Amino acid sequence: MYGPRVEVAELAHLRRARDLLDREYARPLNVPAMARAALMSPSLFARRFREAYGDTPYGYLQARRVERAMALLRRGDMSVTDVCLAVGFTSLGSFSSTFTRLVGEPPSVYKARDHSRLTRVPPCMTRAWARPRWVAQPCRIGEAFLADRA
Amino acid sequence: MPLSITHTPVYCTDLDEALAFYTQQLGFEVRDDVPMGPEMRWLTIHAPGDAHDLLLAAVDHHIPSADRQAMREIVTKGDLAVFIQVDDLDKTFESLRAAGTEILQEPIDQPYGVRDAAVRDPSGNHLRLSQPLATQG
Repeated sequence: MYGPRVEVAELAHLRRARDLLDREYARPLNVPAMARAALMSPSLFARRFREAYGDTPYGYLQARRVERAMALLRRGDMSVTDVCLAVGFTSLGSFSSTFTRLVGEPPSVYKARDHSRLTRVPPCMTRAWARPRWVAQPCRIGEAFLADRA
Repeated sequence: MPLSITHTPVYCTDLDEALAFYTQQLGFEVRDDVPMGPEMRWLTIHAPGDAHDLLLAAVDHHIPSADRQAMREIVTKGDLAVFIQVDDLDKTFESLRAAGTEILQEPIDQPYGVRDAAVRDPSGNHLRLSQPLATQG
């Protein structure tokens, strides 16, 4: 939760920085670059971002990259390595470990699942729903939940 | 018709900004604009020919005072969304960009049959614009 000191104008700056992360996740973004988008010093930005959005800027960026990777893996026509590079990771090792930590299973296992139930959902909603740690449960639980209801 | 949607609220932090954006930038028309004192203004807009209204709901009018700050923060943080369809997505998008609108997503073809893009309205709402992709043949 954010504290009462967070002003609405400041939240708009934070939102613009988060939009930058959401848009340009595949670039080598760093906290100073994100902080510039929010018109704040890096240390204030990191603190305020966490208060507003519940994660550190870098943690949010990693989750965004993993969520995009999940979307690309669901297509089924890209290799894990190609997906890794496409979403902004520079090493397959860090991609696999970050993905596994956030999603609960390795990219190759996630890719092999049946994702057909998600095809009617607009990607922006899938993205919000499937974003690791956006909801309390990992996304794979969500898909299992859908399958159970069918 | 047994059932239809008449009004959908879009929560706004500044009604005049919202009204200018939705009418001048996007082509909505005003249905009703009724001042009802400092605590209420009934402001509805609609797409030309469409019976479904968007209720431009000022946080300061439509939310109880105890919850206004929280609602203002929720809107400003950018997680509420409006979905609309346009005839010419790229043209609409370029005019929004030229007007300085915050861009979330450039126009792209989606696998489920629309071309879409996303921007922020002046309050921070995620405004998703789509255009059906032409069917082949």
